[in-house]
Amino acid sequence: METITSVFTDTHWSPYAVGIGIGILSWLSFLISGKPIATSTTFARIGGMIEEAVTGEKTKQRPYYKKIKLKMNWQMMLVVGVVLGSFLSAIISGDFQVGVWVPSLWASAFGDSAVLRVLVALAGGIILGFGSRFAGGCTSGHGISGTLQLAVSSWVSAIFFFVGGIITAHIIYLIIA
Amino acid sequence: METKKQVSKTTLNAKEALAEEDRRPLFFGLGFGILFGFMLHKGGATKYDVIVGQLLLTDFTVLKIMLSAVATGMIGVYFMKSMGWIQLSLKKGSVGKNVLGALIFGVGFAVLGYCPGTIAGAVGNGYLDAIVGGLSGIVLGTWIFAVMYPKLKGGILKKGDFGDITIPRLLKVNDWVVVVPAVALIVLLLFWIEKAGL
Repeated sequence: METITSVFTDTHWSPYAVGIGIGILSWLSFLISGKPIATSTTFARIGGMIEEAVTGEKTKQRPYYKKIKLKMNWQMMLVVGVVLGSFLSAIISGDFQVGVWVPSLWASAFGDSAVLRVLVALAGGIILGFGSRFAGGCTSGHGISGTLQLAVSSWVSAIFFFVGGIITAHIIYLIIA
Repeated sequence: METKKQVSKTTLNAKEALAEEDRRPLFFGLGFGILFGFMLHKGGATKYDVIVGQLLLTDFTVLKIMLSAVATGMIGVYFMKSMGWIQLSLKKGSVGKNVLGALIFGVGFAVLGYCPGTIAGAVGNGYLDAIVGGLSGIVLGTWIFAVMYPKLKGGILKKGDFGDITIPRLLKVNDWVVVVPAVALIVLLLFWIEKAGL
């Protein structure tokens, strides 16, 4: 029987319940923090902070890091929160993955080599990280928060995220595999 | 040391410094993140198979989540804007950024199988390809961009600049003239996706 607690221990919710929930979260984020939900600048800040730790103060002179400012902020806390929130949901629903290096869809086409998958994920991450800063946002900042504000930049970005993604995924799974 | 600094600052800067010491916004950020991550996991969006399934057009979970979030968000955000409670926070755009940059993002999206928000969720979900490969890749990719930024800034990023406009402002109409049909179209599209059994 569905009870209040079993809702939280369910592994899956309807995508519409989740979407409406994220929509309402965006209202609260605007109202309370005056900011839209976004994540990708945080990864750029982390990169800058790592470079700063290695090479020192001169990292801060990079024009891009002057622009985004290398310090802990609201968005970085949000990204930390996403890790914690997903962990919490996964643990209480018994879905936390232990020792999973290769997603099953990937394994069905390319085998279960962890090294291959990690190298491809690394390459994909580099392209994604570069592209997210090039486009000035990601699937959350442009794809959800920007499109819901009807920003032209975000609608154009969201469309081309999926154009690029759909074509590439088909090349990977239909041609390379 | 701290008092010397404050004395030398103007009143405005002192106010800003005070605001910076206020840790509450950071806690709100953490709280919003926890709720966002919790829901991303419940929706299945922290999983490679679901995200790549969307890009292969075999699993429409990601689109269903995004479109219902956008429709819901749009109504509330434009309502709060019309009441004067909030201001929009728009990103400036250009053809170079939002076409070329977004296409590059899309390639990475499909190769990695996570995006910056969902990879944080995948990390929390325990996926090791996300933790070891994807996370370090994304950080490295943003760093490459930061290094190249001075060269890109005045060139490709500025190509076809159109600023931070919204669709209603582009069409020179009242916000609701766009919000109402946009929400209606999204709802219709979602009904069609369901009817098609996707």
